[in-house]
Order: sequence, then C-alpha cells, then structure tokens
Amino acid sequence: MEVIARGAEAVVYADGDVVVKHRPPKRYRAPELDEHLRATRTRREARLLALAKRAGVPAPVVLDVDPEEKKLCMSRVRGEKLSRLVGGMEVPELREVFATAGVLAGRLHAKGIIHGDLTTANMLLSGGRVYFIDFGLGEVSTSHEAMGTDLLVFRKCVRSTHFQQEEVILDAFFSGYRSTFAGAERAIEKMHTIERRGRYFEDRG
Amino acid sequence: MSGEFLCLGIEGTAEKLGVGIVSAEGEILANLVRQMKVAEGIHPSEAAQHHATHLPALVRAGLERAGVEMRELSLIAFSRGPGLGPCLRVAAVAARALALKHKLPLLGVNHCVAHIEIGRLTTGAEDPLTVYVSGGNTQVTAFAQGRYRVLGETIDIALGNCIDQFARELELGMPGGPVVERLARRGRYLPLPYVVKGMDLSYSGLLTAAVRLAERERVEDVCFSLQETAFAMLVEVAERALVQAEKEEVLIAGGVGVNARLQQMLAGMCSEHGVRLHVPPGEVLGDNGAMIAWLGVLSYLSGERQRLEDTHVRQRWRTDEVAVRWR
Repeated sequence: MEVIARGAEAVVYADGDVVVKHRPPKRYRAPELDEHLRATRTRREARLLALAKRAGVPAPVVLDVDPEEKKLCMSRVRGEKLSRLVGGMEVPELREVFATAGVLAGRLHAKGIIHGDLTTANMLLSGGRVYFIDFGLGEVSTSHEAMGTDLLVFRKCVRSTHFQQEEVILDAFFSGYRSTFAGAERAIEKMHTIERRGRYFEDRG
Repeated sequence: MSGEFLCLGIEGTAEKLGVGIVSAEGEILANLVRQMKVAEGIHPSEAAQHHATHLPALVRAGLERAGVEMRELSLIAFSRGPGLGPCLRVAAVAARALALKHKLPLLGVNHCVAHIEIGRLTTGAEDPLTVYVSGGNTQVTAFAQGRYRVLGETIDIALGNCIDQFARELELGMPGGPVVERLARRGRYLPLPYVVKGMDLSYSGLLTAAVRLAERERVEDVCFSLQETAFAMLVEVAERALVQAEKEEVLIAGGVGVNARLQQMLAGMCSEHGVRLHVPPGEVLGDNGAMIAWLGVLSYLSGERQRLEDTHVRQRWRTDEVAVRWR
C-alpha cells in the first residue's frame, strides 16, 4: 500500500479503490490519553461517516473499523482538497462549490451530526461533487451550541487561510446552509454568540 | 550612546509591569519587570493601582540600567492591548505623559505580536509557527501575507488561567503554574475532558472537571492529569497548524512556556516532524517591557505613526488585525 496522505494525526494508505486511515501513537502525550484519543476517534469517525452518508452527504464508505489497531478502512475518494483548490478558483466556481458545502453542512446539522473539524482541508472535490471527510472530532448532538461551534470552526478556517476570498466563500456557504436547514438562523446566531464571548472578540461597531 | 535609535517600552496588560529599553539593532539595554503579589487572582483596579504606584521608579531604574537619559530616547512604546482595561490605561497614560513631556513620538503596540517578535529576535527564528501561552492568552499563529494569522486559539479561558484558577481553588499557592508543575511530577494519569474544536481549544470545562476530581483524588494525580490534558490539547492544535501552515520552525512564547513538561511535549512533536523548536530565554518569555520596546522599534522604523489622540487602549485587540509592515 502506498501512502497518499500524511496529516497531523493520521497516515492514509491506498490500495486501488480502498484506503486505510491509521492513527499512529503520539509519543509526546501520556500513553493512556493517547490510547483513548486514538481509539475513540477511530470508532467515532466510522460511526459518523455512516450517519453522514445516510443524511445525504457524500463521504467515504466505511468498509471496516479496527479500534485496537486504530485503523479505519474506507472507499477511496479520488479528489483534491478544497483548501488546495480555492486559490485557483474564479468567483462563480467558488460560489457554486461553497454553496454546496453549505448545503451539506445543513444536512448534517439537520440530522444532529456535528462534524467537529469543518475546514476546507476536510472537503474534497471529486467529479464535480463535494465530499466531507475526517469526522474524527465529530459528535452526535442537536444542541445549537455544538452547531454554532461547528460553523465558527469553518468561518475561522476561511478567515485564517482564505482571507482573500473570505466574503465570497462565507456568503455562498451560509446561503447554502440556510436553504437546507430549518434551524439555520438559530445556529448562526449561536455562532455569533460564541464568538462574542471569546477571548479576542473586539466589537468594531 | 548618543545618536543611536532607542525605544523605551512599557508593558502593563495584566499583573506584571515591565519597562524595557531596546535599540534599533535589537540590543536589549534594560528589561525590568515588577510583579504584583496575587493571592486571589488579579483585581484589575488593584493591578492598575500597583502599576501607577511603581511605574515612575521602574522607568527611572530602567534608564539607569541602560545607562541612558530620557533625552537620549527616540521613541516611547506601550502595550495598547489586549489586556485588562484599568492596567492598559495606566500604561497608556504614563506613556503619553512621557512622550509629551520629552517631546517624543508615541506608539501603542499589540501585546501578542510583541511576544512573537521578541521571540524571533532572541532565538533567531525566522518564520515560525508561534505557540503563545500565558495567563491571559492562548494562540497558535503563523505569518502569511502581511499578518500573523490566528490558526488556533482558546474560545474561553487561557491555558495559564486554567492552571492558576485550579491552584487557587485548591489553595495550592500562587503563582499556580510552578506549584502544579512540581506536584505533577509525582502524579499518574486520570481521565479529564479533552476539548478541541477544529483548531480551537476550550479550557473552562477542563478547569471545572479538574477541581471536582480533586475532591476525591490525590492532588498530585489531578495536577499531572490537568497538565497532560491541557498541554496535549495545545500540542495537538500546534501540530495540526504546523502541517497546515507548512512552517519549519516552532516558537514558544508566553509565561506558561517555561513549563518543562510543555517544552518536552512540544519538542517531541517537533522532532516527529523534523522541525526546530525555539525557546526564548525566561526573561523575555513572560510579559516584559523589552518586547514592547522592540515592537515599537519595528513598527516605527517601518513607517507607523500614531497621533496622541488615537492611542486609546484596545482590551480585545486581535493579533490578526495588526498590519505587519516590517516583514
């Protein structure tokens, strides 16, 4: 199997149309904590991927999960991360892609699925479709707090890495999100509330 | 000495009061810090009173240490934010008065950016991912196109605040960081809430859970577990930010950076990625005046000017709002 991705917490191997995501030990942290984090996230990711697919969100199909070995076996999505594509996209394409991403986020939240790491590095564009990956930090929750936090993660990612296209991306994303999810306004309001109580929120009004 | 560009910096964002004098070449001629005693946390107005009482003497001592006279200075800089309002205002008022009296230009600078720049100056780090952790701040930043972009940060309380408040609740003595670090050396691991939201951190739930856990478990074990959990969260965010930003150096900044276990964990993470970890000397890790003076120098020499009436303090001033013209 060849290594196709090496992230901060996992190595992804591929063999044909199958990928194995392995979370190797982190020696810098306490062994008990390390074991707990890697096993929990592996199990959680498998569960949330299955739920996401049922909610109508394109995502890899889980083929096998091994929490002992911290390995997750999935179908391979051959695509490029949106984080790598954004810089080369024109405005109309940005609008289309991020409106779709917003719709997918809305579908997740409507079913009480929190992604937990909603960033452009965890969205793949493959054959014109947007896929969500990396559900390891996610959870099942219907609280607006959790949804607002999910949205804030996305907004901060755009602000810190795609600052030149920030407005277009966020406009499209939130219009897609609003069009899909009945609770969108409350979740968005919660996002603002969470941001305002943050350490570094400066009222510019 | 005469003819050299010298900046006097006043730091006063929280309980520490600092006066530093730095030259345009980055030579630190003086760096004096006076810390008020905090038994029950920082009362902003008491800290402000402390600063107002001790600032004049600290400025005189700084000049004496540097061997310069007021009239040899070229610039006055002060910590404009983020920080506690009453403390910020004392530093600002003092800086404005000095600037007016001695007819010197005045610059209010960002405290968080100052931590990054003094770290770069003293370690030689060129383009690091900065992990800034203190009693009041927790941020992971990286430079990109004219700004220090905030990749990850706390969404509630700072890591140092979490540990200090824990120590205060258990009456372990202040400052809490070193006490908890010492007790943790004899502890074993117990599970505590680990909360990472995307690239952001949340420490308020961890604090509450640790205080509760201490009601029924050994304090050494809770200290150990608190540190392990809080630091692992931070190092995980730093690791993900490092991969995302594709930097080749990591810089520690802020007072919590003196913690040996935190340094060890960051060093472990860095070596796994083959990147270098820079740890500034202790006297510039925590809040200090030299960092404010140095950022004053960088800002002034890259063209920044402020009118006196535009130097109001900014309690929640964001790191990524500062235009970095000197890089």
